[in-house]
Amino acid sequence: MSGARVTPVWQHRTPKGRLLLWGGWLFLAALFVYCWKVMTEGTIWAFVYDAPSQAADLGSRMVPPRWSYMDRLWEPLWDTLNIATLGTLLGIVIAVPVAFLAARNTTPSARLVRPLALLIIVASRSINSLIWALLLVAIIGPGLLAGVIAIGLRSIGFVAKLLYESIEEIDATQVEAVRATGASGAQVIDYAIVPQVLPAFFGIAVFRWDINIRESTILGLVGAGGIGLQLQASLNVLAWPQVTLIFIVILATVVLSEWVSAKVRHAII
Amino acid sequence: MSAEIARRRWRRPPILIQSRAWRSIIYGGALIYFLLAIGSIQVNWVRVYEGLERGWRFIEGFLVPDFTSRWGDIQVGLVESLTMTVTSTVVGIAISVPIGIGAARNLAPAPVYFLCRAIIAVSRSFQEIIIAILFVAMFGFGPFAGFLTLSFATIGFLAKLLAEDIEDIDESQAEAIRATGADWWQLVNYAVQPQVMPRLIGLSLYRLDINFRESAVIGIVGAGGIGATLNTAIDRYEYDSAGAILIIIILIVMLAEYSSSHVRKWVQ
Repeated sequence: MSGARVTPVWQHRTPKGRLLLWGGWLFLAALFVYCWKVMTEGTIWAFVYDAPSQAADLGSRMVPPRWSYMDRLWEPLWDTLNIATLGTLLGIVIAVPVAFLAARNTTPSARLVRPLALLIIVASRSINSLIWALLLVAIIGPGLLAGVIAIGLRSIGFVAKLLYESIEEIDATQVEAVRATGASGAQVIDYAIVPQVLPAFFGIAVFRWDINIRESTILGLVGAGGIGLQLQASLNVLAWPQVTLIFIVILATVVLSEWVSAKVRHAII
Repeated sequence: MSAEIARRRWRRPPILIQSRAWRSIIYGGALIYFLLAIGSIQVNWVRVYEGLERGWRFIEGFLVPDFTSRWGDIQVGLVESLTMTVTSTVVGIAISVPIGIGAARNLAPAPVYFLCRAIIAVSRSFQEIIIAILFVAMFGFGPFAGFLTLSFATIGFLAKLLAEDIEDIDESQAEAIRATGADWWQLVNYAVQPQVMPRLIGLSLYRLDINFRESAVIGIVGAGGIGATLNTAIDRYEYDSAGAILIIIILIVMLAEYSSSHVRKWVQ
């Protein structure tokens, strides 16, 4: 043992690294098991075991879709489109100033205004449009307006966050060049910053519009207009063939809007 | 000549559409659509006016939230949401890693690739709420349906981004490992995994965050969690409790976002 040098065998990780890795995995597994136990405490397993037969039953009720119901879906579909588009516009109108206030290089006061703008962004981002809709339906009553405002409020955070990040990433030399001509603050924004973030802005807007189409299809579940109202009505009377048709229509709309947004973004950027 | 140029004022070129005819057609069309869309909104102003008082009460509830009187309900909903988030993220990742590898063109043979891409497309095209409606109908009310919904939604998100990441890896590293005579598993383990791991961890944390936010929503259709509590609070017009729940959601999301950005920085 003393004379023979043990040739070191290459190993992927150091012993400490391995220990840490195992510890991490162990912690994760323990957390998972614990959460699983807590979560399934109230689960009635009979319903879960019963699920395949329930699924088969549901499937047999859902096909064939009731195609004739389509006549009554065109108008809600138009409403859905309007909710998404107007909601996106509303969101953008509010998000643009918020983004300029939140960006480190354009904010008037990094101490006071920036945290406030960031708070608006986080609050808007963390609450789903369906929850906004739930609140707004209770406040201003069911209908398209609640849907538009819900979509708008949810869009503020998304648009403002991506926009302020792209404002922070602009080329500072151009700003300096415009400022050197004696331009005022507004002119600097207009001639140096806006042209640089405009492509990103249109990309973000179209991307958000696409997401909003997706979200506005379900806002009706809480009464905020659009095709979701029909979905809710059909679910309430357990008219599964109609539900199937609505799912198909929603899927087609989502795929179409995704295609449109991909095309437009490709053309812009 | 030069004097004429000097006299001409510089005008800013139009953004996006250079041709004047197309510009007026597209802007005109957009304006007509905008007016039509505004016209399609029928607002019952009396109802809005009546609702303003409620809106004010909600703002008051948000400013002076009531955490105590429904604390029991909130706690139950919160525990359901959090456990649902953790379990569904873990299960979702565990399923989406093999699917993501299968959906990477440079690792998987064509049949596997198309199968995995199809799974991703199905999972991505339906939103959480619709999946939740179906799962609640099959598995009954409660967090179990929510857990399944979120796991299903995680697969589409994570597998797609993982597959794209694997397709973007540095091929020379994979070739170097392949040149040592490594088999497919070793290739994945020593060439692909170290390259995609930081991003996979980042995406997993991001998805954890999304799953929590979604868990607040799917409760509305009966899939358990804090969303159900919130729905009840709003139905009862208890805006101070609803405000408290929203504040808790916002705080947890902020915390998750903040810590996940730190972990991501540390990993990369």
